[in-house]
Amino acid sequence: MQRRTLLGTAAAAAVLAGANLAVAQDGPLKVGFIFVGPIGDGGWTYEHNQARLAVEEEFGDKVETVYQESVPEGADAERAMTQMALSGAKLIFTTSFGYMDPTINVAAKFPDVKFEHATGFKRTDNVGTYSARFYEGRAIQGHIAGKLTKTNKIGYIGSYPIPEVIRGINSAYIHAKKANPDVEFNVVWAYTWFDPAKEADAATALIEQGNDVILQHTDSTAPQAAAEKAGNVYTFGQASDMAEFAPMPRVSSIIDNWAPYYIERVRAVMDGTWQSDDTWDGIGAGMVKIGEISSAVPEEVKAEALALKDKIASGEYHPFTGPLKKQDGSDWLAEGETADDGTLLGMNFYVEGLTGDIPN
Amino acid sequence: MIRLEKRPEPSRGWTALTPVLAVVLTMIAGGALFALLGKDPFVAMKTIFWDPILGEYAFYYRGQLLVKAAPLVLIAVGLSLGFRAGVWNIGAEGQYIVGALCGGAVGLAFYPAEGWYIFPLMVVAGALGGWLWAMIPGILKTRFNTNEILVSLLLVYVAEQLLAASALRWLKNPEGQGFPGSRNLAQYPAASNPELIAGTGMHWGVVAAMIAVIFAYVLLNRHMTGFHIRLAGQAPRAARFSGVSPSRLVLFCFSVSGALAGLAGLFELTGPAGQISIDFNVGYGFTAIIVAFLGRLHPVGILLAGLLMALTYIGGEAAQSTLGLPAAAIQAFQGMLLFFLLAVDVLINFRVRFGRAMA
Repeated sequence: MQRRTLLGTAAAAAVLAGANLAVAQDGPLKVGFIFVGPIGDGGWTYEHNQARLAVEEEFGDKVETVYQESVPEGADAERAMTQMALSGAKLIFTTSFGYMDPTINVAAKFPDVKFEHATGFKRTDNVGTYSARFYEGRAIQGHIAGKLTKTNKIGYIGSYPIPEVIRGINSAYIHAKKANPDVEFNVVWAYTWFDPAKEADAATALIEQGNDVILQHTDSTAPQAAAEKAGNVYTFGQASDMAEFAPMPRVSSIIDNWAPYYIERVRAVMDGTWQSDDTWDGIGAGMVKIGEISSAVPEEVKAEALALKDKIASGEYHPFTGPLKKQDGSDWLAEGETADDGTLLGMNFYVEGLTGDIPN
Repeated sequence: MIRLEKRPEPSRGWTALTPVLAVVLTMIAGGALFALLGKDPFVAMKTIFWDPILGEYAFYYRGQLLVKAAPLVLIAVGLSLGFRAGVWNIGAEGQYIVGALCGGAVGLAFYPAEGWYIFPLMVVAGALGGWLWAMIPGILKTRFNTNEILVSLLLVYVAEQLLAASALRWLKNPEGQGFPGSRNLAQYPAASNPELIAGTGMHWGVVAAMIAVIFAYVLLNRHMTGFHIRLAGQAPRAARFSGVSPSRLVLFCFSVSGALAGLAGLFELTGPAGQISIDFNVGYGFTAIIVAFLGRLHPVGILLAGLLMALTYIGGEAAQSTLGLPAAAIQAFQGMLLFFLLAVDVLINFRVRFGRAMA
């Protein structure tokens, strides 16, 4: 075993030595982006790419951006990052949860390169993490959904049963239930972030089961297309505005707005003030935006939704405020108590009232 | 007037030449595609085919070529035996997954113990896992005469569900804060498969792929089983008369290809990939089918084809980030390679004649 460990260390050192020789450069700051989907997905990756373009706009010829799309989460991601670091990138954004271990591995070999990993929890001296409080947007979405449904059945297309997705389901459910006590949620797991065919199947199945509002945590517009075909089914844009489906079936959206954060981090690297940290911003800071609430939503519901948004933005209201119980009936939050970030980040339980099990 | 005239027997010269011709045609058509996208086709070709081998960062890419080619070659060598005999195992992707799961489970069961025996046990478990998964279509074929193409292919999707369940439940990292994915085996020394010589990309999977190539070459050229395989593919009736048992041949081909695919999965898991995650499989099992045919079902040909395929992957990725080519254009480029290979194959069995038919 010792020999293996030794060789492993030697390998890292060899790459490192090569790297130090290779990455010396001057001129514009090179910023790399690793994308999990195609930049034309109309959702998650599309918005990250918009932020990349915003960085180019902001800094002009002081930056050069490079990207690689549809990078599988695993060994291939490590190569893509290494290749960017070797060709002189000084800051690399790795924009999916599954890039966590590859990011940490590559970062260890390139101590001079800064890494920003989206939605992860592992940090080192040159790896920072960032994410957005999407659950704040989900609260507003849940409220509108609860008011709009006529069948009292809301379908939810989950991607993977990870804390981020479970948080969204809980937040949407809590606020739908407040708006409409008879509401029931039907969650299906697609096990993909982006697969139009699977998402369309999931949406169609949910619609056939009588769900007349479809929420999604997947990135394509296939559910919108399925809802449009069925007629009288409401959907919300996910990650991106998906405005081409407004006013129906898309009645509002949660938009990821990474541009201000990316610009800030690029500037920090230029100024030499970059430090590894964890950023988790929401509606207040502008990282999560609510897309225009369309004319398909009654005026009073729209007003309530906007009021809820303002209360969340100002910090006056937290979407996870007690009294709340877990699905098994045990107490979670007492009257007036709000959830702490640690619990939210590792959330692996449904709140009371949700049916079905988290595949876990 | 252009006519195709059947050759009396397949041309040996063209058998060797058509892969080269296909690559050249792919470069021309791909270059035209890249030019239409507004990129310099010569720079693109240089980035894809030249830079990874002899460019500035080749010291890194050469090793990566081996890392990428190893699972392709290992799986393709196994598949080629069956393809020669007319036994169609299309489900190597599933055998790759199950091999990784079985081997990985053994390693995780020992965590955090240290011991020289852990990794070899995992290798055995990986091969057994792949073998087991391949035995399902194999036995169904020999017992109930089911179609092995369908059964092996559909079992890939079953294996993907097993993988998801493993990442989310059975083999989930207890210290992973509820996120899916197993412990990282590459960071567990007793179960890891690191580079054997620093910076070369050479890991046990690469060694295994090379051994498999030699083993398959000897088997096909020097061994009775190899003769039976070739005979069964070329003249099934003659094979039966000379005492070849079709059932045993089917089981043999599925055993070898399944075990090798399982090994490929295990080596990938413990080395480059590190952990069992929902997206662990990236299509090596399917790409290996292309590699097997690109290499003419010949062990040495497969070795070269695997390296070429790896080159288009690695060079293609580099072209994406350095030239800003879309991922879809690179995939289309790889698709062209197979398309042209199949298209020019016609030259092996047919002669192109210009002008009118004489008779």
